[in-house]
Amino acid sequence: MNTATATRYAYYPGCSLTGTASEYDASVRLVLERLGVELAEIPGWTCCGASAAPAVSALLALALPARNLALAERDLPGCDVLAPCSACYLNLLTARQEARRDHRLHARVQEALEGEHLPWANAAPVRHLLDVLANDIGPARIAAAAQRPLAGLVLAPYYGCQTLRPYAAFDDPEHPTSMDAVLRAAGAEVLEWDKGARCCGASLSTTRRQAALPRIAEILRAAAGADAVVTVCPMCQMNLEAFQRQAGLPGPVAVLYLSQVLGLAMGLDPGQVQLGRNLAVPPGFLARLREVPPAPGEVVQATGTG
Amino acid sequence: MTRSPLTLAADPALADAMREVRAMLAACMQCGTCSASCPNAQSMDMTPRRMWRLVLLGRADTVFSSGAFWMCSNCYACTLRCPRGLPLTSAMNALKRIAGASGHPALARHGAFYRAFLDNVRRRGRVRETEMMMRYFGAAGPREALRFTPLGLRMLRRGKVRLELGAGRWDTALAPLFESAARLEGKEARP
Repeated sequence: MNTATATRYAYYPGCSLTGTASEYDASVRLVLERLGVELAEIPGWTCCGASAAPAVSALLALALPARNLALAERDLPGCDVLAPCSACYLNLLTARQEARRDHRLHARVQEALEGEHLPWANAAPVRHLLDVLANDIGPARIAAAAQRPLAGLVLAPYYGCQTLRPYAAFDDPEHPTSMDAVLRAAGAEVLEWDKGARCCGASLSTTRRQAALPRIAEILRAAAGADAVVTVCPMCQMNLEAFQRQAGLPGPVAVLYLSQVLGLAMGLDPGQVQLGRNLAVPPGFLARLREVPPAPGEVVQATGTG
Repeated sequence: MTRSPLTLAADPALADAMREVRAMLAACMQCGTCSASCPNAQSMDMTPRRMWRLVLLGRADTVFSSGAFWMCSNCYACTLRCPRGLPLTSAMNALKRIAGASGHPALARHGAFYRAFLDNVRRRGRVRETEMMMRYFGAAGPREALRFTPLGLRMLRRGKVRLELGAGRWDTALAPLFESAARLEGKEARP
C-alpha cells in the first residue's frame, strides 16, 4: 500500500463513535486536521456488524463491512478507508482480505450487495488510525505539531487484539511497538510492559462479566507505573474504564484515547478533547497535565499546518 | 454434564453445519497451543484443544452442553499461533452461530446479546447503543438490567448516553442487504 503521500481518507467512524465514544470521534477529527489530513466521512455508512454478525450470520459478517467499502469506493474513489475503532477496522479488513483470498466469497458478497445495485470491486485499502498516525503521518510531523509536549507523563500503550490479529497488517501481532514512537513524539515517556496486546475480554464484559474482570484487572495492574493507559478502540476503552472497581482496582486508572493524548500535546485543552466524558480520570491527572511545562521557546503557530 | 437435547441423529441441519466446522479443524494435531494462548481458557469448562477433538469425533452433544465457545472473545491469539494455521477463531464463531440458530433455548440463551445487537443493526442501520441494550435487557431479564444500572447512571452523568427516539435517518438503509443475505443463506427474510 503506497499511501505515504495521501492526505485524504475515507473516514469510517463506526457506531460507537457516534455514541458512547464521541470523545474519540471529536479528538480524531481535531488532531488529524491539525496534522493536515483531510477526513471525508463515507456518505451513508452503516454498521460493520461488530462482533455480533460473525456469531449470527457468516454472510452478513462480510457483507455488512463490504457495503461500507463499496460506498467508499463509489463516492470517495482512490481514498484509503480509515477506521479508528479496532473492531470496525478488523471487520472491514476481513471483508477485504477474505474476498481477495477467495473469489467465490467475493462473488457471494457482491450478490448480496446487488439488492441495492452497489458494485464492490474491493479496491479500497483499509487502514487503522494507529497505522495512519505511525506510518503515513509519522512521528516527525506529530512532534512538529506538539506545541505542548507531555514531558514527564508516563503512558502505557494498549493495542488490544483486533488492531494486530489475525492479519498483522502494520505491527508485530504479539509484541507491538507502533504506538511507542507516536507517544514519544508527543513528548511522553512510554511504559515498558507486556500487556499491550493482551485481550480486555471484549463483549464478555456484557455476556459473561465474571470472566472479563480478571482480564481487565491483569492489564490495569500491570499499568501501575503509568499515568494513563492509552487505547485505540472504544470497546477496549469501555472495558478498561468502566469496570475498574468490580475488577478490584484500588483507585481509578486514567484510560485515554490516543487522539485525546495527541490533542493535549498539540495544545488543545481538556474540554476540546472531551476528557469530561472519560469515566475514570483520577483527580490528580488534570493537575498533572497542567504541570507539564510548555515547550521551551514556544511560539504561537497557525493551526492546521502541522 | 447434562446432555444437550441436540443430537446429530435428530438434526440433519446440525450434522451439515458440524461437518463444515470439522473441515476447518481436520488438520488439528492436538498440540494445545490454542489452549495455552487463550486468555479465557481458565473460564471455560473444557479447553479449546479438547473441544476441537470432540468436534472432530462428532460429539456435538458434549460440545454444546459445555458451551465453552461462548467464552471466546475473538482475540485471535490461537488463530495467530496455531502451528497448523487453522482458523480457530472462525470455528468458535461457527459454533456460536450453530448454537444460536438451533432455536433451543438452552443453547441460544448466551447468544441473546449478539441477536439483540444485530437486530438493532437491521432496524436502525447504525446501532443505537441505548436502544440495543434495552432490547437486550428485555431478552435477558430484569437482573441483567439491574446489573448495568450503576454503569448506566455513571455514563448518563458523563453525557455518554444518547437517547434516540423515533424514526432515524438510516432506519431503512440495511433492509435490502439483510433481505438478500437471508435469501442467499436460505433463511426466511424477517418481516
